[in-house]
Amino acid sequence: MQTTFRIRRFNPESQSHASYEQEYFLETEPSDTVLDGLIKIRESIDESLTLRCSCRGSICGSCGMRINGQATLACKTKVISMISEGGTLHVEPMKNMPVIKDLVTDMEGFWKKIREVQPWLQPKGPVPKGEYVASPESMDHLTGVMGCIMCGVCVSDCTVLEVDRQFLGPAALAKAYRFVADPRDGHAKTRLVQLNKSGGMWDCTRCMECVQVCPKGVGAMDRIMALRAKGMEKRVPTTCGSRHAEVFAELIRQKGVLDEPMLALRTFGMGNLPKLLSFIPTMVQAFIRGKVPKSGYFHHAIPGIRNIRRLFRRMRNQK
Amino acid sequence: MKYAFFPGCVSKGGCPELYQSVMQVYPKLGIELEEMTTASCTGAGVLQEKDQKLGDVLNARTFALAEQRGLPIMTICSTCQGVMSQANLRLRSDPDYLAEINRLLAEEELTYRGTTNIRHFVWILLEDVGEEGIQEAVTRPLTGLRAAPFYGCYLQRPTEALGFDEQPSRAKSLETVIRLLGAEVVDFRGKSQCCGLPILTINERNSLMMVANHTLDAKTHGADVMVTPCPLCHLNLDGMQSKAAHQQSTTINLPVLHLPQLLGLAMGLDSKSLGLHRNLVSPGSVLEKVGVEF
Repeated sequence: MQTTFRIRRFNPESQSHASYEQEYFLETEPSDTVLDGLIKIRESIDESLTLRCSCRGSICGSCGMRINGQATLACKTKVISMISEGGTLHVEPMKNMPVIKDLVTDMEGFWKKIREVQPWLQPKGPVPKGEYVASPESMDHLTGVMGCIMCGVCVSDCTVLEVDRQFLGPAALAKAYRFVADPRDGHAKTRLVQLNKSGGMWDCTRCMECVQVCPKGVGAMDRIMALRAKGMEKRVPTTCGSRHAEVFAELIRQKGVLDEPMLALRTFGMGNLPKLLSFIPTMVQAFIRGKVPKSGYFHHAIPGIRNIRRLFRRMRNQK
Repeated sequence: MKYAFFPGCVSKGGCPELYQSVMQVYPKLGIELEEMTTASCTGAGVLQEKDQKLGDVLNARTFALAEQRGLPIMTICSTCQGVMSQANLRLRSDPDYLAEINRLLAEEELTYRGTTNIRHFVWILLEDVGEEGIQEAVTRPLTGLRAAPFYGCYLQRPTEALGFDEQPSRAKSLETVIRLLGAEVVDFRGKSQCCGLPILTINERNSLMMVANHTLDAKTHGADVMVTPCPLCHLNLDGMQSKAAHQQSTTINLPVLHLPQLLGLAMGLDSKSLGLHRNLVSPGSVLEKVGVEF
């Protein structure tokens, strides 16, 4: 199949220090992955093309890059699955990390954040004579997150990191969950208190980019949500994030539907009056524009609310 | 084309103009709606932070109510659609889990058998009303208008729950509708990214930076207007736009329309009936371009 590879290139030794796109025309086989194509280019057309790869089997996590606008592993992506005959494949380095050369990114920031969450077991109590024993049932739910190969693909496409490099990011938070939820670890609450800080678990937007792009099904965002639930359960200090979730749930219990003004009032609370007041100009503008629902600003409970409240009660009792 | 209509909390709250505009356009498209007045909020992914199973119970109840009526559900919110699709996938793919949830619903004499389909208005436009149906309804093509689509995360991801494999056209549904209305699509990188609303109360700086990045990027690419099928995105992209501009020390002024508002304009409806006076960023420039009085 005739294929065009349009590759974003960058040479740090060039005078312009600017990246540019270069096209390569290549005959690919139906079985070829994007990585196969890139290696063919490097071996037969342009030996200066620089990329990182190793196992070619989605195990080592070396060949993370963006293909047609989405981060993925080049070795796991068939050319034929991305384009049809005569089509153009866009290949770029991963985002949210500096580019060293062409498709090779600097992962130092990635590893620094992984180290920040102390990714090792920290048991409490006396050291057992043998191994730390954990039942299969208590470890089952960690299988997915332990499948992470640290490829950086989720970090590349994280929408929060795009605007804030201080955010811990999906990979480090998923790794943190792996230890918070490990029955052998004795420092879950200490870990959660750390993750509760700015730049931690509450800064995720729940955009699902990391879930969509992960080549190993780790579901980083789902782990971040589980961290939040554990934080609330273990009563780490409240944040706007945890209050938002608590108040949201309580409003649904009371009314069945969301009551936005009440949500804002109770999320910020009287303790954060300046923040609350900063929204007043927008609220006044909305009022002037007639952005008032028929029911008025404060919502009434839906018909049959007792059924919703009963379900809340049942679920609470189950716990 | 009859549906159980799930309006979502925001169309009945912070974005009343969305509900208003849907009410104006749907009868002219051959659609019939029965509003689900006893259904609860989906949880919007927020309740699920605290308790995913509770979210699934509430959504299963909504699906069972629609199933009782023998109708598919129509949503008008990307977040409602995504959260319900994810819950439906979990319920349909695990019979034991579904049975457990049904035991909780039994007291209200409800059972969910797993047959309810949930579809966003923009998908219904393409899949049920059809291209011909849309074109027939268009009486004032939006020729010359350059519209940037903004999906909302949950109408794009995760694709497995949203049925993109079975209906590949859903991936670009908004662009297709914009073109059918006679407008030109402005493609820009942020169209499938997060609007920032979920972290507005948590990290306002980051949230507003997302608003500024997306709206400025769309403008740089030549957009006259941004259009979204998600009222939560609208709350941030329209409602917080001036604050975002202030934070970035710039001006933006990009009108952001709900999809039914854009559709209504192409269907010849007037600006007042579509609630355009309620949008915080004035849509005056858009209306002038399509020849509608504001």
